[in-house]
Amino acid sequence: MNVVGKPRRRVDGRAKVTGQTRFADDFALPRMVHLKLLRSPHAHALIESLDVARAQAHPGVHLVLTGKDFPVTFGILPVTQDEYALAPEHVRYVGDPVAGVVARDEQTATEALDLIEVRYRPLEPIATPEEALAKPEPRIHAYGERGNIHRLQAFQFGDADAAIAASDHVFEDIFFYEGNTHLPIEQHACVAALDADGKLTLWSSTQVPHYVHRALARVLRMPASQIRVIATPNGGGFGGKTDICNHELVAAKAALVLGRPVKICLNREEVFYMHRGRHPVLMKFRTGVTKDGKLTGMHLQTLVDGGAYGSYGVASTFYTGALQTVTYELPRYQFEAARVFTNKPPCGPKRGHGTPQPRYGQEIQLDKIAERLDKDPAELRLAMLAKPNSLTANWLRIGSIGLEQCIKTVVERSDWKNRYRKLPQGRGLGLACGAYLCGAGLPIYWNKMPQSGVQLLLDRSGQVTLFCGATEIGQGSDDVLAAIVSEVLGIDPYEVRCVTGDTGMTPVDLGSYSSRVTLMAGNAAIQAAQKLKSMLAEAAAEDLEVAPERISFANGRVSFESHSLTFAEAVVLAEAKFGTLGAVGSYSPPRAPGKYKGAGVGPSPAYSYTACVVEAQVDPRTGWITIPKIWIAHDIGRTINPVLARGQVEGSVYMGLSEALMEEQVFRRLPPKLSRALVHKMPSLLEYKSITSLEMPEMDTVLIEDPDPNGPFGAKEVGQGPLLPVPPAVANAIYDAVGVRIDEIPITPDKVMRALEKKAKGEAPRVGPERFPDVPYPQPLIVPPAWEGGDGSEVKRHDAAAVV
Amino acid sequence: MRHAQLALSVNGEAVETSVAPYKTLLEVLREDLGLTGTKHGCELGECGACAVLIDGEPQLSCLVLALECEAREIETVEGMARGAQLHPLQAAFADLGAAQCGYCTPGILLTAKALLAREPRPTPSRIKEAISGNLCRCTGYQQIVEAIEEGARRMDDERRR
Ligand code: FES
Ligand code: FES
Repeated sequence: MNVVGKPRRRVDGRAKVTGQTRFADDFALPRMVHLKLLRSPHAHALIESLDVARAQAHPGVHLVLTGKDFPVTFGILPVTQDEYALAPEHVRYVGDPVAGVVARDEQTATEALDLIEVRYRPLEPIATPEEALAKPEPRIHAYGERGNIHRLQAFQFGDADAAIAASDHVFEDIFFYEGNTHLPIEQHACVAALDADGKLTLWSSTQVPHYVHRALARVLRMPASQIRVIATPNGGGFGGKTDICNHELVAAKAALVLGRPVKICLNREEVFYMHRGRHPVLMKFRTGVTKDGKLTGMHLQTLVDGGAYGSYGVASTFYTGALQTVTYELPRYQFEAARVFTNKPPCGPKRGHGTPQPRYGQEIQLDKIAERLDKDPAELRLAMLAKPNSLTANWLRIGSIGLEQCIKTVVERSDWKNRYRKLPQGRGLGLACGAYLCGAGLPIYWNKMPQSGVQLLLDRSGQVTLFCGATEIGQGSDDVLAAIVSEVLGIDPYEVRCVTGDTGMTPVDLGSYSSRVTLMAGNAAIQAAQKLKSMLAEAAAEDLEVAPERISFANGRVSFESHSLTFAEAVVLAEAKFGTLGAVGSYSPPRAPGKYKGAGVGPSPAYSYTACVVEAQVDPRTGWITIPKIWIAHDIGRTINPVLARGQVEGSVYMGLSEALMEEQVFRRLPPKLSRALVHKMPSLLEYKSITSLEMPEMDTVLIEDPDPNGPFGAKEVGQGPLLPVPPAVANAIYDAVGVRIDEIPITPDKVMRALEKKAKGEAPRVGPERFPDVPYPQPLIVPPAWEGGDGSEVKRHDAAAVV
Repeated sequence: MRHAQLALSVNGEAVETSVAPYKTLLEVLREDLGLTGTKHGCELGECGACAVLIDGEPQLSCLVLALECEAREIETVEGMARGAQLHPLQAAFADLGAAQCGYCTPGILLTAKALLAREPRPTPSRIKEAISGNLCRCTGYQQIVEAIEEGARRMDDERRR
């Protein structure tokens, strides 16, 4: 291969280092006016009246919009269309937008916000999942299971409880993973404008232009064909720009009303309210193990704090249990989950979407199992790895698995055998693994169309233009696509011009989320490029008087042995032969084997795997944690550009470590004299702690290449999976260092101190949640695994016994 | 509020403009002079994305009033390349993956440039200190540190030539 696998400057590298990448807030159009949103100061309230007269009269104000202007709801998932662009009567979190002011500049718009008079009737805010379970009233939403329970899910893949009861050892552990937010350095921004022909264009820092396109059509009640959404390169996404944003809808509406460009850029505080970040999850694992260290069954229960709206929550909730089966052999599995509404900014998908939380619990529990069984945690895992080309208990089809090599690599490079459990007091090593999707098997709205499309245009100059809906969020999707096309056509990747993330110009790709772009858009790109390649080969073969199969493409030349044409010459011949040259490619994932209701979340064309060893130093007097080094090996299938792939791994390590040690999106109630509102504790970059260059450890990164037949050139994802093992590996390293278990995230020095104090007193040296509340999970859906005679469908309860 | 006349020197060019007196240097650069290479992530002095050089020193342009910059030399990312040729730091950042989304990049490039002006061959830990006020959410910093080291090497080579 000439391009794939070679370290290279990314195709958009120059733009990024010269400041020429145009982010949404960099757009300025003639006659542009500015939008600001008025947000609720109450966590939960009804709007009794809203008077905009004074704001409207303020000099420089062009327009004031309120809930009345937006009668239609929206939501990213078809089943949860529960948001309004501006809340008409019910506000559900501090920060819920209620009005928008458009003025000649931001300053004027901000002044006018103060002139809007809103009378609220406060309702009791629901602060926590426990409260949501206990208090069905006041109800945050009229829909859902009942009271403030948004969603309940329960599945039984084989009788896990019976298997656990019959096991040599049973482990029961409760873990908590605190919520945290994406914190992209770029604040969300957009510009909406009417084109010369009266159609609407929205430039937005979104990861999902296609979904924004659909939502705009719905909310504005306009034909989608009249709307164009252009995703500007995102200044970081991490899942924080995968939802439809209120401000996008309001700016678009304002541009339609005013007939002039409207811009908004959220301030940092507002970005914390937009959120859609990591769900706080409380989880209970009951796991059965044989005396030689094989899993017999697992029963996982999760309680998911959804915040005020649905967002991706139904999917997130499935993901708190869907991928527990793909790393280790697990013959029986029961999974129950509940998502509740609370009066806080809505949670959604953040890097790893719903899976880092249970991964934290599972990998710490394995550490405890290894200790009890007196086994090395690496050996324990190596002996129970899931098999390649196998089916899991919950009917996921696994392809390639490079996890064995990942574990062996980090074990060897960290000198684990000589150092684990052998370092001086205060210093320790911890190991953990993880797995992630390469794109979700199903689109979020039901349809039979491809999930990704690529179109290529060949100009007679030899220029190749690639069109694809994929969105460049910094991860390097343009570079991946250019690399793949140039590999097939034997040209330089910098010869490919990428036009991406533009619903007016590019074929649909569902967006940059769930680690889907390399695999899905990459496969579509290969298909399109191969069509062009065969046309070029046919034309060149005629000229060189050989059979087309004997033509090769490399280094910008189209050749047969020593006879060759330049790529551009071949294009000219092909255009003369076939007419204007273009081709399309598309990708639809293989059908998943699971057929039960709920089987749609979890399947993926391929799974990536990661193993990680963390070294920790803990000061027993202060609880202070330093992380000197992290070893990580990621099973990427095939590396497209090692420079970027390494960056994705290291960025994931950084984010996982930052979550493990300090990040938390938490809230507090103001005292009664200050309204009792439930407010964000720290909506600023200074107070919301994240790791800086100073705390970042040395990283030893290895990419393991075990090509997957479903990946383009065998490639799998790299943007999210490597985050997963980091937090549990940190917890396990702290245990090795000072013998305390911190069963919750973030692991802060005060928690370490508390656990050390308990240890000194002879109590269980553990800090973490003590109990799991009673959750009214429904009767589980019974889905027998393949080895118990199942066919992927659910069976009715009374047939269950007959199947085994 | 009345606009004020302002004479600045930006990237070696004298510019005159009239701006609202409350505007920060960040706002004037981006909104009045169209130099959108300088970014912002907070406008509160917390992220470092808006760093520019004022008389060679890295400063957070969101915390500086434009009016305070009269007669001072301002350098932004737009001023780094020589003609079409990238500054060695820029080239190293592009080659070594130090810019993922690229949003923190301009601020870090200028901070690094100021560091290298004082210390031509800093150690990794000096580099980490120098950029500790610049938040990057994408890279995990390691490739940034390596790119600054590489940029320093390339600048050294240039000097020797
Ligand atoms: S914009 Fe964040 S420090 Fe200036
Ligand atoms: S490269 Fe994205 S914030 Fe640094």
